Amino acid sequence: MKILTGNDLGTGDVIWWAGDGWSRQVGDSVDVGDKGDELARVEEAALRVVSAYVIDATVDEEGVRPAHIKDRIRALGPTVRPDLTLKPNDADAGNWVI
Amino acid sequence: MYRYDNYDQSIVDARVEEFRDQVQRRLAGHLTEDQFKPLRLMNGLYLQLHAYMLRVAIPYGTLNGRQMRKLGEIARKYDKGYGHFTTRTNLQYNWIKLADAPDILAELATVEMHAIQTSGNCIRNISSDQYAGVSADEVTDPRPWAELLRQWSTFHPEFTYLPRKFKICVIAAEEDRAAMRLHDIGLKLVSRDGKVGAEVYAGGGMGRTPMVAPQINDFVPEDEIVSYLEACLRVYNRYGRRDNKYKARIKILVHELGVEEYKRQVEEEFAHMRELGLNPPTEELDRIRPFFAGPAYETGLSDEIDRADPAFALWVDRQIAAHRQPGYAIVNISLKPRGGIPGDASAEQIDLVADLAEAYSLDELRVTHAQNLVLPHVKKADLHAIWQKLDAAGLAEANMDLISDIIACPGLDYCSLANARSIPLAQKLSERFAGADRQKDLGELKVKISGCINACGHHHAGHIGVLGVDRKGVENFQLSLGGSGAQDASVGQITGPGFSEDGVVDAIEKVTDLYLSQREEGERFLDTYRRLGMKPFKEAIYG
Repeated sequence: MKILTGNDLGTGDVIWWAGDGWSRQVGDSVDVGDKGDELARVEEAALRVVSAYVIDATVDEEGVRPAHIKDRIRALGPTVRPDLTLKPNDADAGNWVI
Repeated sequence: MYRYDNYDQSIVDARVEEFRDQVQRRLAGHLTEDQFKPLRLMNGLYLQLHAYMLRVAIPYGTLNGRQMRKLGEIARKYDKGYGHFTTRTNLQYNWIKLADAPDILAELATVEMHAIQTSGNCIRNISSDQYAGVSADEVTDPRPWAELLRQWSTFHPEFTYLPRKFKICVIAAEEDRAAMRLHDIGLKLVSRDGKVGAEVYAGGGMGRTPMVAPQINDFVPEDEIVSYLEACLRVYNRYGRRDNKYKARIKILVHELGVEEYKRQVEEEFAHMRELGLNPPTEELDRIRPFFAGPAYETGLSDEIDRADPAFALWVDRQIAAHRQPGYAIVNISLKPRGGIPGDASAEQIDLVADLAEAYSLDELRVTHAQNLVLPHVKKADLHAIWQKLDAAGLAEANMDLISDIIACPGLDYCSLANARSIPLAQKLSERFAGADRQKDLGELKVKISGCINACGHHHAGHIGVLGVDRKGVENFQLSLGGSGAQDASVGQITGPGFSEDGVVDAIEKVTDLYLSQREEGERFLDTYRRLGMKPFKEAIYG
């Protein structure tokens, strides 16, 4: 699947296109098919995202998994600071990064 | 330390307000990202993997307690409670909000700090020796020169859009503690016939084409150093490549022209500049110098240190350097705890070091390119009290220049340019070699890790260097041996095929085992490698 990601213009937070808006959880991502680039242009013009780009991902029973490690780290947070990731209380939060 | 005059303060304040306006226009949609990006970069604001990152300049790595405390305050108020000291002796915040950036810069300006020229194709923060002004082996204090060059290079209209970024280093000691010859231009202040001048080295650097800078002049008199530098930069600005960013650094120009031809062109330009009389007035250097006059040291102090506590004695042996003033010492504070993140410091640790600088180090501290901190003026009688406070804060690791004193860039955990993670590897290595006796036995061994070819982790200059690469989406690590950033500067050589993260830790252990079995009396790892060459190490690694 193709998913769209970028950073929130104001906060810089990593965000993922969820179909009707942006989410901070990669698991909310939807397949944008071949509409990703156009969506990125519209959303950037609306000041809702900056540096948006389309990536490959897979989806299974555990959720959406970006194809490249760089985007998996973006989705989680720094692997060396689990306290700063999206799920600091989840001991298994980063297992799927590598 | 240098203090801003009204001119310094007014240009920094004006820059803050200019950037505040630019941020407001960006958030209101009056500037596109393409228009805004070069403006934010000129103020040290990057968009990194997880958020905006702000890089704060620490000119020639020197701070006072008030400035350091402000860095901790910003970490607590605007970031996530920590900062990262870099190999350029700057500090990076990883979690900045765009709307907060102007307020942060305004707060920095209240303590005479900024983030100007910490990015972009301009002259970056001037670097120097962390022992400047206190080491016994220096010809003169290099900091007045570093400050003069800071002023000269700040907003220099001719050098704001160079072909690429430009890094200058000034030292004045025989021992090179600042990797001077791996800068675009390195100056080593020397004395000849009782007069101070500079040896000038041009065309060094790391990145994808590492080069040790060749000497292009063995003595430029001190009153002509600035115009000579200006000539060096003019030739680079005129002929440095702008068509290919990977060939745009001055090292490529010097290499392609040849040292003699580059030098000839510089001399020609320099002769022209002499006619123009463009040297800055010596009065300005005379105005700057008193700021760096030796502080009011106490005299008659004892050099005795009570070494009854073995842990304290170990720390003294490793972390203390000789001070030129009897009764005083230079304290090196390790930011490389076992299993920790090299260069990271919490807001509380930053506060503590600010307190220690004020209470025990004549209100001064330094940041090193090895991502550690220095208290430059400590009475030996105060060492035990300082050690106790550092120990309580997790800052008393005794590993300076040992295998666990690892330089590592932020890598793929934070950096959008990175291909692989540097920090987890540094953590694994520091765990693998954690034993104090083992580290001491291995002796001086500088490990440097970069997460991509840009080499922010100085891997080319590591006795053992590691470069992280992306191999079809999988992290892979290339090992190199024999680099040095010191006075015996050299570029490391790649051993062969790369490794997984665990594999490179094992390979480094094999390398150190071979060193231990083959070293001769008094040899450091680097000495043994240089004597034996790559072959036996390669055999040990790959079988």
